[in-house]
Amino acid sequence: MSGNGPVIDVRGLTKKFGTKTVVDNFDLSVPKGAIYGFLGPNGSGKTTTIRMVCGLLKADAGAGAVLGLDVLKESDKIKERVGYMTQRFSLYEDLSIRENLEFIARLYSLDNLKGRVDASLKSLGLSDRAKQLAGTLSGGWKQRLALAACMIHEPELLLLDEPTAGVDPKARRDFWDAIRDYSAQGVTTLVSTHYMDEAVQCDRIAFIAYGKKLIDEATADIPDKVGLFARRIEAGDLDDATRRLKSVGGYDVLARFGAAIHLAGRNDAALDRAAAAIEGLPGVQIERIDAGLEEAFIYLMTGASDNFANGFANGAAA
Amino acid sequence: MISFARIKAVFLKEMVQMRRDRPTFAIMIMVPIMQLGLFGFAIDTDPRNMPAAVELRDDGPLTRSFLASLRQSDYFRIVEIVHSLDEGESLMKAGDISYLIVIPENFERDFVRGDRPQILIAADASDPVAAAGPIAAANEIARRAFAPELERLPRKLRGGAPPVELVIQRQYNPAGETSMNIVPGLLGVILTMTMIMITAIALTREVERGTIEALLSTPVRASEIMIGKTTPYILVGAIQATIVLIAGRIVFHIPFVGDLAPFLVAMTLFIFANLMLGYLISTVARTQMQAMQMTFFIFLPSILLSGFMFPFAAMPGWAKAIGEALPITHFLRIVREVMLKGAGFSEIRGEIWPIALILAVLALASLARFRRTLD
Ligand SMILES: Nc1ncnc2c1ncn2[C@@H]1O[C@H](COP(=O)(O)OP(=O)(O)OP(=O)(O)O)[C@@H](O)[C@H]1O
Ligand SMILES: [Mg+2]
Repeated sequence: MSGNGPVIDVRGLTKKFGTKTVVDNFDLSVPKGAIYGFLGPNGSGKTTTIRMVCGLLKADAGAGAVLGLDVLKESDKIKERVGYMTQRFSLYEDLSIRENLEFIARLYSLDNLKGRVDASLKSLGLSDRAKQLAGTLSGGWKQRLALAACMIHEPELLLLDEPTAGVDPKARRDFWDAIRDYSAQGVTTLVSTHYMDEAVQCDRIAFIAYGKKLIDEATADIPDKVGLFARRIEAGDLDDATRRLKSVGGYDVLARFGAAIHLAGRNDAALDRAAAAIEGLPGVQIERIDAGLEEAFIYLMTGASDNFANGFANGAAA
Repeated sequence: MISFARIKAVFLKEMVQMRRDRPTFAIMIMVPIMQLGLFGFAIDTDPRNMPAAVELRDDGPLTRSFLASLRQSDYFRIVEIVHSLDEGESLMKAGDISYLIVIPENFERDFVRGDRPQILIAADASDPVAAAGPIAAANEIARRAFAPELERLPRKLRGGAPPVELVIQRQYNPAGETSMNIVPGLLGVILTMTMIMITAIALTREVERGTIEALLSTPVRASEIMIGKTTPYILVGAIQATIVLIAGRIVFHIPFVGDLAPFLVAMTLFIFANLMLGYLISTVARTQMQAMQMTFFIFLPSILLSGFMFPFAAMPGWAKAIGEALPITHFLRIVREVMLKGAGFSEIRGEIWPIALILAVLALASLARFRRTLD
């Protein structure tokens, strides 16, 4: 039905809780098979947006289609074809792993119930713990169970809300390998995350802050789009260098990356002035680099919270 | 539209959760036992040898066989044969007898004709609970006494309604009527309390634990959740009812005069109506705490205005109106009619449909209240 059109195509989505606008006039267009990253600081409205897309929250304004179905009116049909993994573990802690999977599989009226559940348990690597209560699983395993549950009906669209929070690095890699496999088979994924190493694996990223979409670009283009200049600074005493840089200012982002400091900002000359303050200190080496995704997002988040703080102050003053 | 498979999914899930939640399950079973136990201690459950007087306005083989049965039973001790009502009443006033049993004129003739003659039993109901046992026993005594005679009657007069009607007249405490029905009443109250309580948290628990989000993200419909979440507990209600009835029989000697079939139909409907009332609460309450408070809000009128505590007939109009809207009011009438008086389907039809109506209204209200979103 949707043919080659976008799998998610929503415009002007708006959600208010009380007087607070949590998602403001949000547009999103996700093509079939894409892995779409959804980033933004805490409380920016990611979960709320995802819930509106799968029909769990009613948008106050806006319209659009998901899988070619009306996002406001046809959520029953949308739900059959979407797999939504909630941010908070929302399976039954007092049911066993198998019982949880069976419950979900039944709700989707799947045939070959036992076969599907067995296959799901096997791919999870939980076959021999199938009788364990979900509540007794470790945090990371709960996430993996939730992920398996939302995929058991082979959805065409995956909405994953921080699916790898608390998951160990190996399992996270496995998870992303799986997502890429699905993508190759035509499954579309919208995934929210706070991890940069996951963000770079997305084809495209939407960045939302305080309900407003700030950026919606192919992942590779984002640093350019944000327009940051950057320096990589090594120093014998990183703490001392950090203190001195802070006292000078003139940059937008100062962040430790392993054994170095990354300094980034929109004003290249200001970066030079800041760097000059520590030049000549023992072990200091300054190198011009291209700003990466992480600097870009830290910059965006800093700006966003500033905007928010300003808005808040104005609001209080008014 | 409605999928049986999805109802089954919710149903099975609830069953597993109920089985796992041992403490709650234990409470559900313990509540009726405890309640009965409390009443058991408070009541002299087994009064025997109650002094009684008999006035015989007719004489014949039937009358004598009834008198013999009365004498044999250890509930009554016949201390006097009186010759007028006045005589009997003065004895009762003096406290010499607790019961006056009157066999009416033409008793033998009416019995043989199948006219269901009445036997009057006037009871000193100032200790109403003590009065309950022997009065209930009188039914059984009459049945046994007349059984052999009944055999000789033409077939068409046998079966159906009992051959005689016992008219119970409570002296000094007409309100004692309710106490006589304490066990049947208790059945209604216990089912009301526990059934509403169980389903009042059906949805609120899912909301509080966050599981509602995964549940609602699947294609499951409001009606499927409603049916799947209420029906498993009919079983629990049936277990409770069985406990109360068996204990009532053993401990309180409450007979079960009527048929089981109309009773089971009424009871299933009643349990379902209470479950639905609880479910409606769970669509309104935001937290389990709120749900519990609303449940208690329902308990009060259920106990006070249903005829359990005070006789329904004596209540003011507004209280009656509230009472009629509660499923327990109708159920109490049904239980009394069926258990104590042997009423059948046709007699209780007038009380069954109100329960069915309440159930339907509650179900529709729940569906209207239920939000398939998280707003
Ligand atoms: N039901 C609700 N009632 C009132 N406010 C809400 C409700 N749900 C969310 N909010 C508010 O909406 C804002 C956005 O929340 P949301 O959960 O969408 O953020 P998020 O981007 O997913 O954050 P995080 O990264 O922490 O998961 C927050 O300020 C939150 O407090
Ligand atoms: Mg979130």
